[in-house]
Amino acid sequence: MKGLKKKIDSVKPQFEKGGKFSKLHSVFDGFYTFLFTPNETSKSGVHIHDSNDSKRTMIMVVLALIPCCLFGMWNVGLQHALATGDPDHSLFHLFFYGFWAVLPQILTAYIVGLGIEFVVAQLRGHEIQEGFLVSGILIPMICPVSTPCWMLAVAVAFAVIFAKEVFGGTGYNFLNVALVTRAFLFFAYPSQMSGDNVFVSLGGANAVDGYSGATPLGQLAASTTGQVEVLGVTGDPLSYADMFFGFYPGSWGETSTFCILIGLVILLATGIASWRIVLSGIVGGFFMSLLAHNFATPLYPVTYLTPLEQLSLGGFAFAIVFMATDPVTACRTNIGKYIYGFLIGAVAIIIRCYNTGYPEGAMLAVLLMNCFASLIDYCVVNSNINRRLKRAIVKN
Amino acid sequence: MAEKIRIKKGFNIPLAGAPSSIVTDDRLTSVFAISPDDFPGPVWKAVVKTDDKVNAGDPLLIDKASGKICLVSPVSGKVIDVHRGERRHIEYISVAKDSENGAVIISSEDSKNVKDQILRSGLWAMMRQRPFDVVPDPGVAPRDIFVTAFDSAPLAGELLSDDLKKWLEEGLKVLSTLTSGKVYLGIKPDSGITSNVAEVYEFEGPHPAGNVGTQIAAIKPVNKGETVWTIDAASAAKIGKLVKTGEIDLTATVAITGPDVKDPHLVRTLIGASIDSLLKDALVKEEGVRIISGNVLTGIRVQKNGFLHYPYRQITVIDEGEDADEFMGWASVNPGKFSVKRSFPAFLRGFSKPFHFDARIKGGHRAMILSGEYDKVFPFDIYPEFLLKAIMAKDIDKMEKLGIYEVAPEDFALPEFVDTSKIELQKTVREGLDYLRKELS
Repeated sequence: MKGLKKKIDSVKPQFEKGGKFSKLHSVFDGFYTFLFTPNETSKSGVHIHDSNDSKRTMIMVVLALIPCCLFGMWNVGLQHALATGDPDHSLFHLFFYGFWAVLPQILTAYIVGLGIEFVVAQLRGHEIQEGFLVSGILIPMICPVSTPCWMLAVAVAFAVIFAKEVFGGTGYNFLNVALVTRAFLFFAYPSQMSGDNVFVSLGGANAVDGYSGATPLGQLAASTTGQVEVLGVTGDPLSYADMFFGFYPGSWGETSTFCILIGLVILLATGIASWRIVLSGIVGGFFMSLLAHNFATPLYPVTYLTPLEQLSLGGFAFAIVFMATDPVTACRTNIGKYIYGFLIGAVAIIIRCYNTGYPEGAMLAVLLMNCFASLIDYCVVNSNINRRLKRAIVKN
Repeated sequence: MAEKIRIKKGFNIPLAGAPSSIVTDDRLTSVFAISPDDFPGPVWKAVVKTDDKVNAGDPLLIDKASGKICLVSPVSGKVIDVHRGERRHIEYISVAKDSENGAVIISSEDSKNVKDQILRSGLWAMMRQRPFDVVPDPGVAPRDIFVTAFDSAPLAGELLSDDLKKWLEEGLKVLSTLTSGKVYLGIKPDSGITSNVAEVYEFEGPHPAGNVGTQIAAIKPVNKGETVWTIDAASAAKIGKLVKTGEIDLTATVAITGPDVKDPHLVRTLIGASIDSLLKDALVKEEGVRIISGNVLTGIRVQKNGFLHYPYRQITVIDEGEDADEFMGWASVNPGKFSVKRSFPAFLRGFSKPFHFDARIKGGHRAMILSGEYDKVFPFDIYPEFLLKAIMAKDIDKMEKLGIYEVAPEDFALPEFVDTSKIELQKTVREGLDYLRKELS
């Protein structure tokens, strides 16, 4: 590695101020610090630092997403095979079908998002921030598999510029960038983002008889007969195990609660995600679904789902584990985190159950609570301020 | 019986190079220096010129405002340099020793009352005042005085030598005459220190349990409009000795510590001793090291030709590390890479075995991203992130409300160490305190 470093160091001056490629300084610096840990030593304050940095943190999140990502690819293949009657259910066949189906989306998200990051970093003279490493993989995972790349590109550009860069970049945004992308797609291109034909990749083949590509929550939201049994793509009823392990159509990265739990273990073990948010989010979701289930009505068929089914279906678990725990857009106080998580869980189920226009409420719940996070913190911090004021008054 | 307080939030950094209890005498050092920057608050004025002859205990600098607070010469000899930096700012005044100190007695006319005696002896400047973490204004009466009897910082030596221990009670007595409130003494468990004049609290737990700021927060926090003074027990004992005998104790027991020190131990010398003589033949290597006067969290970086800085009790030597080339460090699974977080495998190895640190910040500067990191090592009823943001925004009202009067930069040392975003927290707090002091004066 010494040789490689020497070589890179020798071209470094060309990227510094006044060099031939000084306009690419941020990009060069981004790659350089990716390859070699910066040797900057402390100039003020403490002389030693913890090894954990922003890169490591983001990489751990990406690592936690890998089980969901790999499973999602395989599941895209499985749903395709079921829908088209393809008899070949071998692991690699299914996986690679899904892999090739979603690869363009992943590449699009990264190229557009990181491209904007690079340009903005250069304009501002900043280092490139790693936040989009996570957003870039999250975005395709929460979109339907058939989302056209150009739509994704427009949405990513919108989200990165207007939800993040205008506020100052990673650490200053108040809305989750991945969810803003998803919301943009949902509201700008509703026909391509919902319905029965976007969540299963048919790949040009004809579907088998009895095929329906509707997601479980989509089926319930559209149900007018009070029918509450959810079906797979071939019309067979889904068991709870199917729901838990994620063998049903949906936004491809978020169907498997099992894989999300693996990710959760990684995030909690490394201390990156806040257990307070996850715990209170699950409690909030469970509590609200229990309430809804007890007052189930044919008017709102989703209310017939049991709490466990509610927590396993759709994007709920994914949103709680990977979206609500985004430290930048969540509450920053510990007490605030409990409130924030609980409300996300509860609001997600409320929207899901009682607003038949939106089959899934997790995305909107997180975005809504993103907006309220600062307010919750404000109240929590104010109680600290009042305590301090009171102390001063009592003592004097 | 001392009341027990358990500090839960904090961390003992497992840095290699803890000192043994062996104490050697420093016979080499011939040049000593006092740096006024170590004593923030007053504007200091030099009262000596280059080539002046001074005796040990003679003032080198006095504060402009009252003319009473002195910083004194540690030795008898000739002033060799009144070193000035930009805009004629005095960086240090160095004195070459020409004879060994006997007992340094200040003349009786200088010590009409106890306060004047302490001011004149240079020991006043060893005290700090909160708010603002500055040398106390002698004209203000403090609510209380807080004394800490131990140093919990990484690799710190014993704060109180046996010799000084016997003067501590005397010192606490003197301090109690300076305040209408109480004198509080913070001790560590099983230290065997007792007092009849001070209220004694026993602090158990990791660093920053020994920081006086932590102790104030646990005993009786500072409110707006209040002033408290803080001092370490060694200086308090020296005050006791001064008032009882008239003798200024200018000695300093310095722990020579760190992974790059061959044989970490204690050295008995005088305040402001030159670094190169203290570290003669003591280092594992001469190049690529960072010498810190103080501990790794709050110390001041010095060069070999520099001097020991306030609080004159520790030198830490670590690798600078700027020539390290670590390939894809963010992907490292090296168990020797220290992190309090479990995203590195260091935790598997346990933190009881010491780690080798270097001075790299090990990452890029970012905005505050992760939340709750600071709170885990910050034992105050304060929201550190919000206070820091108020300081960065220069919002005086918010700073006051969020508790800036209770803190000193050193309280933010551990948060700065664990910070994923590598923000210079202590510098931020110092700037905030200075800004506030300027605006409110």
